[in-house]
Order: sequence, then C-alpha cells, then structure tokens
Amino acid sequence: MTGPNSSPIPNRDERNASPTGMSWYEASARQRVAALLDPGTFEEVLGPEQRAMSPHLPLFALPRAFDDGIVVGRGRLDGKAVSVAAQEGRFMGGAFGEVHGAKLVGLLRAARASRPEAVLILFDTGGVRLQEANAGETAIAETMRAIADLRRDGVPVIGLIGGRAGCYGGGGLIAGTCSRLAVSEGGRISVSGPEVIETNKGAEEFDSKDRALVWRTMGGKHRRLTGGADAFCDDTVAAFRTAALDLMGRAPALDLATLEAEQARLEARLARFGDCRDATEIWSRLGIDDPAAVPGLTAQDFDGLVAGLDGMDHDAR
Amino acid sequence: MTLADILASLFPAGHAVRVTDGLVSGDGPLGASRLAVVGIADRTALGVDGACTLSRHVLDVVQSGDRTPILVVVDSDSQRMSRRDELLGLNEYLAHLAKTLLLADAAGHPTLGLIYGHSAAGAFIATALATRVLAGLPGADPSVMDLPSVARVTKLPLETLQAMARDTPVFAPGLDNMVAAGAVHAVLDPDSPLGPQVEALIGQMGADDIRDRLGLERGGRPVAHTIAARVAQDAGGG
Repeated sequence: MTGPNSSPIPNRDERNASPTGMSWYEASARQRVAALLDPGTFEEVLGPEQRAMSPHLPLFALPRAFDDGIVVGRGRLDGKAVSVAAQEGRFMGGAFGEVHGAKLVGLLRAARASRPEAVLILFDTGGVRLQEANAGETAIAETMRAIADLRRDGVPVIGLIGGRAGCYGGGGLIAGTCSRLAVSEGGRISVSGPEVIETNKGAEEFDSKDRALVWRTMGGKHRRLTGGADAFCDDTVAAFRTAALDLMGRAPALDLATLEAEQARLEARLARFGDCRDATEIWSRLGIDDPAAVPGLTAQDFDGLVAGLDGMDHDAR
Repeated sequence: MTLADILASLFPAGHAVRVTDGLVSGDGPLGASRLAVVGIADRTALGVDGACTLSRHVLDVVQSGDRTPILVVVDSDSQRMSRRDELLGLNEYLAHLAKTLLLADAAGHPTLGLIYGHSAAGAFIATALATRVLAGLPGADPSVMDLPSVARVTKLPLETLQAMARDTPVFAPGLDNMVAAGAVHAVLDPDSPLGPQVEALIGQMGADDIRDRLGLERGGRPVAHTIAARVAQDAGGG
C-alpha cells in the first residue's frame, strides 16, 4: 500500500464545475465511470445491491464493501460500446481480493463473446490484498491471460491510471499487459512500492518519504518519457476521456511482431539507461535540456516537450 | 528435488540446459520431439535484466517455427526490489515476459510451469503463473508474501496468523495452499520419472483457464468461479 501523503495536483475547486472537469484523483471509482462514459449509459453488473462481498475479511475483523472495491459493467464512450472496470482505491487500497479479482476476470471473459470496441480498466490499486493473497495473486494471473486472449482476438484493452493508490504490485503487471495506457501525474506505475523497497532494502536504497523521488521514479511523466505509457493526462475526467478515445483507435495487436518489437524496445532501454541512478539522468539523455523542470511542467507544456522528442510513440506493447 | 535431479529425471539420455546467473535455458529430448526449458534457479530475484533475458529465450523458441513445448522451472525470490529496477520500468519487463509465455502457448507451444523451490509476488506471476498448466513438486514453497511480512502489513501478531493459516488456505504461503487456490494444477511424483508425467500433463491440456473452477472444487477459492461466471453471463449479452 503506497498512497502518497501529497501530490502535485491542482486545486480541485478549479475543476469541479462540470462532471468531466472533475479531478480523477479525487473522484471515487463510481464517479469516474459515470463521468467518463456518455451520460446515463453505464450499466453496472453485480452492483453493490447484490452484496457480493469478501468471504475472507471478517476473519481479520476488517470491514467489507458491497462491491469489494471494484465497479464493472458496460456503457458507451462517444457512442462506442465499451466494457469498463474501475477499482476503488479508497477500499483496501484497491487491492485484489477474491471477489474483486473475479469480477474483473468475468468482465474480460464476457468481452471475448460480446466484443465491445474496447475494454477500459481504471486502475487504482496497491496490488494483492494480503488477507486473500493466494486468491488475489491467482486472479491477477487469470486477468493477464484473459487480456492476452482479448487482444489476440482484436479487442483493445486500455488502462487509465491516475488514482490515489496508483498502480502497484500485480496491478503494474496487468497494466503492462494492456494494449495502451494513459496516465496522469498522480498515477504511479511500479511493481515494488516505495515502502516495500524501503522495508526490505533500507532507506538508503529508497527513501519512501521523499515524495519527489517517488513521483520522478514511478510517476506518470517518467513512464510517458520512457515508453511505459502512451498518453499523459491532466488530472481531469475529460482528459482521460479524450485519451481513452484516442488510444482505443490505435491499439497494437498482440502478436509475435509486437512482442519482438517490445523485446527490442526494452533491450534498448537497458542499454541506454541501465547505468542511470535517477530519472533526471534518463531525461537528460533523452535530450531534455532542463530535466529538473520536468516535474513542474503543466500537462500542456509536458506534451509539447514530448512532441519534440524522438521515439515517444510506439506500438511495441 | 534440485534442478539437477529434475533435469536428470526429465532427460535420462542427457540435455543441453544451462544455468547462467540463476537463469535457466536450453532443451532436451522428450518423447519423439524435444522440450524447451527456461526459468529461474537458486532462489534468484527477478529484475529487469533477468526478465529481458528470459523473454528473449521464449521468443527464440517461438521463432523456431515448430511446436516445441516450453517448461518453465522456477526456484526464485520475489521480483528484485530496487530503485534501479523500478526506475527502468520493471512492470513492463515482467509483463513482457508473461506475454511472451502467453503468446507462445497460443502459438502452439504448450507451456507448463514447474515450481520446485520458492517463488513470490511479481516473479511468480511473470513466470510460473503465466503458463497454461502449473505443476509443483513436493517441498516447493510458493507464496505471495511470507507470514512475518503479512504480520507487519496487517498489524496482526505472527502467532495469530500462523494459527489462522492452518485452516484458511486463501492467504497462507505454501504449495498446498496454491494447489487449493487452483493456481497449481497438479503435484508431480518425484519418485517416478518426470518425463512421462510432463508429457501426460501436456497431453491433457485444455484451451480454457480452469484455475477458478479448480479453486472452487478444492475449496481454496470458494467464490471466484461463481462470481466470474455471474459477471461473464450478465455482462456478455448483446
């Protein structure tokens, strides 16, 4: 569980005038889905009224949620049929438990038959829920297989990452299995979280209280600059909606050519940046004149910076 | 069983499987054909470099153009926990490795995992759990997180967790609990030759992911199958 204490997110009052101006980071999973899709089109499956709750949390004397921290269903995005899953980072850090994971797996399996124009996964997760670790871990493996099956069938799977829990642990591996990713400043993508690294390897290896270090090592801008994400979004629902529509229209196939290209891309990254200690060194090698200024750039200025660099957009995923 | 024992049992006529820096690759004869072997040995942590090497090996098997099955042997630590690995995008490297295994399987190279030692977390997901069928050997010790770490995170006393672990397979480490969850399909017999057992598992493979059904039948994941099936039905209509 790796939620930050603070984040470089603009004041919410500036943006909550309309539903799509709503802050992604501040919104709940249900608010995100409702504001992301065409108004009134979302139909939730196995909603909270069904009371599909964790059978395991009572053993740990922990409260349960009627939806086990994930919202799944179908709706429309600019008229296009989409399936949607949204994790609720405010319940158990959005972590994968047995019911939580099974809802996502079921949605992905359904999409193989119904063939929507895309599946959207709104990640907000610290990874596996330790109280249900074996079920969560296995569900992550099932999710990755289901995503691979869908992609081979030609259905794009788009990940949207900008929630308070970030996208950690097995969530990071699922994100890496998606066709495309859009990420905001608040979205962090990583396997081991800062606290996990510090607990296991010491504060000399990773000082989890150094929030600036967390953002520039795992944050959205670094992932966009190094090829780990395909779009960088302002922290608004409107920005994620625009990005989702764009990305679902240009999703790469999952085939041998794509994975050979990804292999080459990842090998090149190791060769080029493998000796870097800090993200600012990587950004400097990318040709950015003032790497120290990157964390402070607005989304618009950041997009301008990305547009001037080579190799930022690729299909090797 | 040690990796050497496993390879000797699998390939009594000899093999060309090597271990370099804790990473396993090579092949040996199986029946009338051959079996490719990749994996992790010596409880090695899986970082960006190792994952990238293993995915290259898997892609090389797929590029060969035949239908060689792939055995993924695993005795690993968790994912390597370091600032450098996360800076370089470990999630992409681990996901890429998993995708190469998933693609290989779909492209006609049956993938069979064999957990014979430890494994945990991201290293487990990217290797053994990305195969179509996962087998274990007695004494294997897969986990998501060890109990002392679970105790730290959940703030429950270790003794309490140990007592709970005895009758609650859903969170406790160990091979038996991963079998109960359906993550591990079968446990092999170390006293019989492994080659025929591996061949039999490969021959029995179905196309579908049956892990949630196994978890229901074995009691380790009591509700996942039913929940997934309900959502699949309700979300699947026109």
